[in-house]
Amino acid sequence: MEPNDVIKAQLMDARDLERTLNRMARQIVEMFALDDTESVSFGLVGMQTRGVHLARRLQSIIAEVDGISVPLGILDATMYRDDFRMRLKQPEVKETKIDFDVDGRHLVLVDDVLFTGRTVRAGLDALTDLGRPASVHFLVIVDRGLRELPIKADFVGRRVPTLPGEEVRVRVNELDDQEGVWLVEYPEPHNANNPQ
Amino acid sequence: MEPRADKKADATLTGLNHRHLLGLSDYSSAEIELILETARQFRDVLDRPIKRVPTLRGITVVNLFFEASTRTRISFELAEKRLSADTVNFSASGSSVSKGETLKDTAQNIEAMKIDMVVLRHSSPGAPHFLTRCVDSVVINAGDGAHEHPTQALLDLMTISELYDSFEGLNVSIVGDILHSRVARSNIHGLLTLGANVTICGPKPLIPVELDKISESGNLRITNNLDEALEGCDTAMALRIQMERQGRALFPSNREYHEQFGIKVEHMNRYQDLMVMHPGPVNRGVELASEVVDHERAVILNQVTNGVAVRMAVLYLLSGQGSEG
Repeated sequence: MEPNDVIKAQLMDARDLERTLNRMARQIVEMFALDDTESVSFGLVGMQTRGVHLARRLQSIIAEVDGISVPLGILDATMYRDDFRMRLKQPEVKETKIDFDVDGRHLVLVDDVLFTGRTVRAGLDALTDLGRPASVHFLVIVDRGLRELPIKADFVGRRVPTLPGEEVRVRVNELDDQEGVWLVEYPEPHNANNPQ
Repeated sequence: MEPRADKKADATLTGLNHRHLLGLSDYSSAEIELILETARQFRDVLDRPIKRVPTLRGITVVNLFFEASTRTRISFELAEKRLSADTVNFSASGSSVSKGETLKDTAQNIEAMKIDMVVLRHSSPGAPHFLTRCVDSVVINAGDGAHEHPTQALLDLMTISELYDSFEGLNVSIVGDILHSRVARSNIHGLLTLGANVTICGPKPLIPVELDKISESGNLRITNNLDEALEGCDTAMALRIQMERQGRALFPSNREYHEQFGIKVEHMNRYQDLMVMHPGPVNRGVELASEVVDHERAVILNQVTNGVAVRMAVLYLLSGQGSEG
């Protein structure tokens, strides 16, 4: 958790998260009717930072259960964000690495939490600059509501109605030494330095 | 990916602690590393089909060049355009400066037209520092006299970082006209801050006396013998002999300079791991033999490409601190 977080509830433990990811992997395989040739017409794109790890989990579940290897890209939307004038310090620009051609491909964009929708909006702009995908679908572990843009997710782990003063923290072992999803009270008003 | 993330967590620096980039002398190693890491991400943008990101949309940058410059000005201008900033170019010739306007008045007048950042090239050392006291905009030093040229040093550092795993213990030699070189000064600060060992080499009249003081601190060495500078050296930076600043004769002739301090093919053969850099423009057959300029271990064009990326990173990282008032 962040230093000032006050935990209100645990929404998922490690096992819940695993089940959710398993279910979403099934939905993806079904929706795109993936088979062995799908390394050419399909791709997962994880949004920095936790979306990358979640996308990687989906990739390995699909590899283990279905024996299909799907390509995985990493997307950082920092350069495309719209809260430029509202910040004192610029957020760190992280790596974007998509080794496959996005043109004509069906992509699933993966992130941890859907909130205002501004990050996905930036992510879509970033993707569009890289090429012209056949379609882009959006997957999130938690949809916490409170949208500021007309955006919806296609695959949702769990819908959790929240209040503006709250935050949803998705934590993964790869980064956080703990695993699960928590609802926390964030003592300072939500601001642009702390986007979801 | 993973080890990088861990390294970042140690540094925990998410922004620069400076509002301006006037020189590298007071930038910490964490700040320089942040600029280089950010520049690597922007470097990738330059290889994409669409080489432009909307990051600085709505930001206006003025390139205020009181001194001739091709490479640096174009590099800054491209960096600004790649970031979607609005840019205005100003050069001293054919402007109000030729009518006698002072730097302060020029800058304040331009700022009154509502700009956010100024990139300043000026022949007087300290001109950008002075400017920060006259205007509210963010100031980036694009070379002030023989003082500093921080973005050039940053692009050099980025180029070196692509060749080696770490700066710690790396041996870098800077060869040539150190006295007139703002590039050398910025590089010395940057390299020492990052933990490299620096060797300065050149004709005695072109080595500034102030360096003797720094060299007592350990990681800086001064020599007047080229082979001494190249022995055990990882990367050598040759500096341009600045013909336009050579009012007095500080060395006998270009040919004699080349004999003593020019890096030649024989050096490339003798030192098999030696990499060669040059900030440009190169005087072929003076600082570097023509064959060395085109040598596979010369990374001069990488420096130029990295220049755009590094300037994008600096513009990005400083742009958040624009509107204090």
